[in-house]
Amino acid sequence: MVAPGGRLMDAIVETFRWLTDAASWTGPRGVLARSLEHLWISLVPLASAMAVAIPAGVLAGHHRRGQAVGAAISNLGRAVPSLALLVFGLLLSVRVLGLGFSFWPIVFTLFFLALQPLFTNSYTAVREADPALLEAARGQGLSERDVLLAVELPVASPVILTAVRITAVQVVATAPLGALAAGGGLGRFIIDGFGQKDDGQMLGGVVLVAVFALLVEFAITRLERRVVPGPLQGRTDAAAVVATGRAN
Amino acid sequence: MRKKRRSHLTVAALSVVALLATACGGDTGGGDPGAGGGVEGPTITVGTVDFAENRILGQIYGQALEHAGYDVEITENIGNRELVAPQLEDGNLDLIVEYTGNALRFERGGEDVEIRDEQEVYDALNEAYADKGLTALRMSEAQDVDAVVVTKETAEEHGLERISDIAGFEGTFRFGGGPECETRLSCFKGLEEVYGLDNVEFVPLDVAGPITVEALKSGEVDGANLFTTQSAIVANDFVVLEDDQQLQLPQNIVPVIRQEIVDAYGDDLVSLINEITTSLTTESLTELNAKVEIDQEDPDAVAEQWLRENGFLEE
Repeated sequence: MVAPGGRLMDAIVETFRWLTDAASWTGPRGVLARSLEHLWISLVPLASAMAVAIPAGVLAGHHRRGQAVGAAISNLGRAVPSLALLVFGLLLSVRVLGLGFSFWPIVFTLFFLALQPLFTNSYTAVREADPALLEAARGQGLSERDVLLAVELPVASPVILTAVRITAVQVVATAPLGALAAGGGLGRFIIDGFGQKDDGQMLGGVVLVAVFALLVEFAITRLERRVVPGPLQGRTDAAAVVATGRAN
Repeated sequence: MRKKRRSHLTVAALSVVALLATACGGDTGGGDPGAGGGVEGPTITVGTVDFAENRILGQIYGQALEHAGYDVEITENIGNRELVAPQLEDGNLDLIVEYTGNALRFERGGEDVEIRDEQEVYDALNEAYADKGLTALRMSEAQDVDAVVVTKETAEEHGLERISDIAGFEGTFRFGGGPECETRLSCFKGLEEVYGLDNVEFVPLDVAGPITVEALKSGEVDGANLFTTQSAIVANDFVVLEDDQQLQLPQNIVPVIRQEIVDAYGDDLVSLINEITTSLTTESLTELNAKVEIDQEDPDAVAEQWLRENGFLEE
């Protein structure tokens, strides 16, 4: 047996070498191109899941019904292991819809994965709005629509945005799975490095995915500060505990 | 009743799961314990690479040894050669089933090997193994060679018969294979370096598995790396392009074992293994593969049936 310490050092050196080699970064299969793919396979499902789950959650929270149905549907995406979702995405994309391998299987997977935290948090955030506040708004003669748009939504916005941030990080970090089904993105380096016994490439891919996820987290945190109404800032993370709970 | 002929995509999907299992080290499975009288000595750990044929072969040798009373552990689906072969050297595995040419190339660090004679390749392999404490036992006449495969339509449309013909392919020839294919001389790297093709592009898929077959069928790639004993070739009417520059070395099936195990058990063990090896043929391998890949039978059940038919499990 080789001393594990020696191997670890080798791996670190290899990783550094791979990451600093210009050839790793350029070309249609370099880090830059793969990062763009990664962004794309994360953004499409995240944006679609937001478009579906946030309005659904907000409306369900406002009317205080449909929660059970919505939660049941969206929870499926979380209760089922991501790998099984990928299998489902693969079948859906290739067999049912004929959309091929490289892009859609992982996009479907991440879409289903993203529904639950977005729906549950949107619902909870709106429902938990201070009843006194709503009573005051209705007492002033605001229509239900105005109550929703001018009171409930702003009050709920920090929690919803936190859910978006946490979901985005999860989507970005799960996207490498797609490489198992012949997909692109940064996961390619991990799978290819593993297959080619190229530790530098494999661990380099791991580092890149982690950095990518941190950048996404950072970017959305900045966005939160701009979008959330001033007085409501700061109550975000405490209220969004639900977002991190899996299959809750 | 076993469900026959499930769709390829279901298989593709399941293989994604298998891939992950691979990464985690695979499962251990054995035949029936306590069948034989029990031979004193070290446990023989049989390891297999993650594709159907190698799993069947691992089960064949493993079950036969177990039945003969040796203490055997079978670890399936470990990964590719890059992962499995070093385990043998490190002593985590004792027996693997190899293919002479690719094993030799691997031992020489992926460099080209000039020789093409079966016996010479085998001898060179044993030479390389000698100072690693490994031995390649008798090789089989059965061979499983990497092949460049296209669909019948592609072959007819572009007039492809030999691998060299790819040079005349209009546009880029997208070639699919497992991730390691890209850097292997016997695979994609050989197309560029030995055939000198500059209109080929590599598309990472799975190792000659269902995703590759589906990608080829659906036209996602123009050609792909499959193995000649693979049932999918006949089942889908694929065309194997002739290897006119002799990129491929002979790939006879050969069990590779740690010398320590041979020393511990002696001739009885070696002659049993050799007997099995001699009974294997390329045709029977293709049939065994079809049972696993198309009929969805389990490798261990297929292996057991073969051993029974060939008189290795009688008592």
